[in-house]
Amino acid sequence: SFQTTIMAVEFDGGVVMGADSRTTTGAYIANRVTDKLTQIHDQIFCCRSGSAADTQAIADAVTYQLGFHSIELDEAPLVQTAANLFKEMCYKYREELMAGIIVAGWDKRRGGQVYTVPMGGMMVRQPFSIGGSGSSYIYGFVDSSYKSGMSKEECLQFTANALSLAMERDGSSGGVVRLAAISESGVERRVILGNQLPKFASC
Amino acid sequence: MASLSVCQPQCGGFSFENSKRNALLEAEFTKLGHSLPAARKTGTTICGVVFKDGVVLGADTRATEGMIVADKNCSKIHYISPNIYCCGAGTAADTEMTTQIISSNLELHALSTGRPSRVATANRMLKQMLFRYQGYIGAALVLGGVDSAGPHLYSIYPHGSTDKLPYVTMGSGSLAAMAVFEDRYKQDMEEGEAKQLVRDAIAAGIFNDLGSGSNIDLCVITKNNIDYIRPHDEANKKGVRSGSYKYKRGTTGVLTKNIIPLDLELVEEVVQTMDTS
Repeated sequence: SFQTTIMAVEFDGGVVMGADSRTTTGAYIANRVTDKLTQIHDQIFCCRSGSAADTQAIADAVTYQLGFHSIELDEAPLVQTAANLFKEMCYKYREELMAGIIVAGWDKRRGGQVYTVPMGGMMVRQPFSIGGSGSSYIYGFVDSSYKSGMSKEECLQFTANALSLAMERDGSSGGVVRLAAISESGVERRVILGNQLPKFASC
Repeated sequence: MASLSVCQPQCGGFSFENSKRNALLEAEFTKLGHSLPAARKTGTTICGVVFKDGVVLGADTRATEGMIVADKNCSKIHYISPNIYCCGAGTAADTEMTTQIISSNLELHALSTGRPSRVATANRMLKQMLFRYQGYIGAALVLGGVDSAGPHLYSIYPHGSTDKLPYVTMGSGSLAAMAVFEDRYKQDMEEGEAKQLVRDAIAAGIFNDLGSGSNIDLCVITKNNIDYIRPHDEANKKGVRSGSYKYKRGTTGVLTKNIIPLDLELVEEVVQTMDTS
């Protein structure tokens, strides 16, 4: 399973998503280069936290449902639709599942959007969202640092900083920082390796 | 709780109806001083590595029942399809049956599509089955193979999560084997190098983990060739006894001898050799 740090931020024209890369079974790191940013559709991604098995199974199911829906519609699906599909599954099976998911992407109708579907199955749109066990350590940082109207590069820097701080303090988060920037033109993925992470005064 | 009627077809999945009865029986057994037999697990060190032309899978050969070695030379690398093999750790019966079921389904699938199977398909089938059983099937697998899209290696956990990586280890000896991989793994190794690396990783598991032992089995899968090497290395050779502890004939004095011939008809003779090594 993974305790994690995941994050997504809206900007004008798209979204930036980020996650750490650690999957643990107890105290052993089963995978130190996990990709927790899963593609659901061409321009819709999700960040996964909680049980690896549960979130992989949910993401596979939603990918299938959304792909089918998109073919029926004959156009790109809305981010809100993807978020709703996640919410339906996470709420209906809330007792059996352990999954905290952030859905983010770009669509023609509303541009860049971030929806959070935490454990329990609520679904709400937010300008930015953090999740996972490591998020507890960075609520203060993100609340004070976030400004609306940031550019894509500023959002990427904001996300990388927040994730580095969380990974520094949370034992169950670590490895590399995986980033994805989704906009009208497509998806741009980046990896920040351990030694290239932003450094702060205390380290 | 819905009651089961004879006319209703039973839904799939495990039935836990006897759990209460089993718990009572176990309590009674322990009171008498006995313990129920433990399920045979494979302790195990299994691992896999992707090299330049394909994948190398490795496994030890010890199967344990509690603290006893049940099988000194069991085979943990299972056939899935001509180009895909799977190592299994965890409950021996679960890994054996799960791999056989998926192997059978995959063959039907390949006949239906008219194409050789892909490793990703086997991965999907395995993870969806294990997730359906919510971890009650104790099978931790290392799946590797070469298909039209190149060499692939997956690790699959009992709850149904999978990871696609260039090198993986599973089982009780996985930490020892991973230490070897983290030190010496390089991208695009040659076949000889990869085989040596896997051999050393399994050996690390065998010598440092009580649940793993005996020999090292390897399976090298490349685009046009499978090398199932069993055993590749006998890491633990039984020593030769330096003294004989047998008593000579005549050590015990014979007082009387009485021979009674039994009038029997030999119907069938079956000889099964025991491993007395």
